[in-house]
Amino acid sequence: MSGHSTYKPKTGFTRWLDSRLPIIRLGWDSFVDFPTPKNLNYWWTFGGILALCLGIQIATGVVLAMHYVPSGLAAPGGSLAFNSVEHIMRDVNHGWMIRYIHANGASMFFLAVYIHMFRGIYYGSFKPPREVLWILGCIIYLLMMATAFMGYVLPWGQMSYFGAVVITNLFGALPIVGKSITTWLWGGFAVDNPTLNRFFSLHYLLPFMIAGVVVLHIWALHVPGNNNPRGVEVKSKADTVPFHPYYTVKDGFAMVVFLILFASFVFYMPDALGHPDNYVPANPLVTPAHIVPEWYFLPFYAILRAVPDKLTGVLCMFGAVGVLFVLPWIDRSKTRSMRYRPTARLFFLIFIVDCLLLGLCGSHEPDDKIFANLAGFTFIDSNLNSYTWLSRILGLYYFGFYVILFFLSWTEKPLPVPESISEPVLKGPALPKGATAEAEKKG
Amino acid sequence: MANTVVESYPPTEHGADDPNRRDFIHIAAATAAVGGVAVFAWPLIDEMNPSADVLALASIEFDLSKVSLGQQVVVKWQGKPVFVRYRTPKEIAEAVKDDNAPMKDPATDASRHKPGKAQYLILVGVCTHLGCVPNFGLGDYGGWLCPCHGSVYDTAGRIRKGPAPLNLLMPNYAFTSDTKIKIG
Ligand code: HEM
Ligand code: FES
Repeated sequence: MSGHSTYKPKTGFTRWLDSRLPIIRLGWDSFVDFPTPKNLNYWWTFGGILALCLGIQIATGVVLAMHYVPSGLAAPGGSLAFNSVEHIMRDVNHGWMIRYIHANGASMFFLAVYIHMFRGIYYGSFKPPREVLWILGCIIYLLMMATAFMGYVLPWGQMSYFGAVVITNLFGALPIVGKSITTWLWGGFAVDNPTLNRFFSLHYLLPFMIAGVVVLHIWALHVPGNNNPRGVEVKSKADTVPFHPYYTVKDGFAMVVFLILFASFVFYMPDALGHPDNYVPANPLVTPAHIVPEWYFLPFYAILRAVPDKLTGVLCMFGAVGVLFVLPWIDRSKTRSMRYRPTARLFFLIFIVDCLLLGLCGSHEPDDKIFANLAGFTFIDSNLNSYTWLSRILGLYYFGFYVILFFLSWTEKPLPVPESISEPVLKGPALPKGATAEAEKKG
Repeated sequence: MANTVVESYPPTEHGADDPNRRDFIHIAAATAAVGGVAVFAWPLIDEMNPSADVLALASIEFDLSKVSLGQQVVVKWQGKPVFVRYRTPKEIAEAVKDDNAPMKDPATDASRHKPGKAQYLILVGVCTHLGCVPNFGLGDYGGWLCPCHGSVYDTAGRIRKGPAPLNLLMPNYAFTSDTKIKIG
């Protein structure tokens, strides 16, 4: 896709195939002899890890679907759906393991995607000429959220049920059309059997749509090629190495480390990221005392609850995701990598902490005290020593960060950027040896 | 035509030179295609709306003598909980006393029950914030407290505190005899 192809079919069959469907050539040019910047660090291995995660979810999901029954109809001990998940856990050969891989796989998928996205923001990978690549990534992220949300509904436990109730009711906040939209989403007057059925259908479909967008994402990557930690474009062949074996091996090593973490969840703490209430069958007449979404939605949930007005809260929550799409037009700085933007880097690091703390807020009741033995006092409508106010401050910074990036694009004076990927290392005249080595390690 | 080999299509005298005819064909074809897709898409979208059997379950009957004084019974109607509450005179008095208090969604107590049946409060048990089921008898006003984001309802089911925008809804219902109601 970039430059001419170096693939040479060696056997009679591959020559025959190459003149009919050059699919081996496509693979060769994309993943073997693809010229890749030689300075990619481990933050660049998460793309491959994400592809692995999608593969694992699809493989385990298809197998689960052979035993799962998407029906909320009552059955002794719960519902057909709830019982079928218990049947997978107890009776189906290896069922427990397959389900735990699928359930924890969703968390691992989000862990990887968040790292991947923060990487993109830090190194300016969303900037020209990679805007379309970035937007396709945002679309994948949206589809992932929809898929994971609907998957979590399938076991039809209490958290499944009331998670579905709260999230579908978000659309009810829209003026005029809100009520018709929720009725349409539910297929009834409340979350019920029809809702579960359609969620299963869509939960099966969306991962394949994700796979389709991933193809576009990689296509859009292979037109301009990879960004890199220095954020300067590839200038010559000296700046690149072939993808194989250099990055196949590096990505492979990262995958193995990632799978160790994955396996330690699956085999040693499979329910650590889940919620015990989801082992209680759904009961539309009683809401559990404390409902929380899965961890990967907590920051957005905190933003939703921080706003006292229902519609504004919903708009802020969707806006928190939506703003990512326009990031290329917010941060206009010509310097891609924040390695050379000390001010932006500082605000970026605060932004990461901000997101993590928002997640913490989302996991608490809004009125919980932050400091247990401090009385605090009421400010406007809530105690200042409560997660309500903390979420408000953090939510303000979440959006403030983008405003700051916007203005920094003009006011900030970046550090000098190296001429090219290889230059300072190969023939950098002024810098002492140690200084370049250190610059390499940073970031 | 002397110096061209390839003729324009359609090979009429002024076919290619007449933009109106060509445009008309394009617009007509595109309109038919878009219209066709829309006509086909509608059933695929509308299929997700409540089906006939769901709509058929729209009403239920309930015998009020099953509720004792000061208690509530929760019945399922259209997949949703409905609160049937037998209020004590004290609870009714408290609700009436607050008729003119500042509220998000002002309503008098009399508008919340059928005339002459002040003791029976029949409400959809779905928080008007994001749909959780509020808990009976809790909260500052002795009505309900929603466990999800802390909305507080009084003994007439009116929203008094918290993020919910509206009072608990009243289903359509009617007394079919002195102690029986039909909901829906
Ligand atoms: C993007 C990829 C996917 C994600 C993020 C995802 C996420 C999830 C999540 C979070 C659950 C709930 C797990 C639990 O708590 O029990 C779930 C359940 C389920 N998923 Fe997926 N999933 C994906 C792909 C698929 C695919 C492709 C299929 C089928 C072809 C599938 C079939 C199922 C089934 C049958 C269940 C219910 C059984 C269970 O709860 O374990 N999933 N999914
Ligand atoms: S759903 Fe009741 S307060 Fe939010």
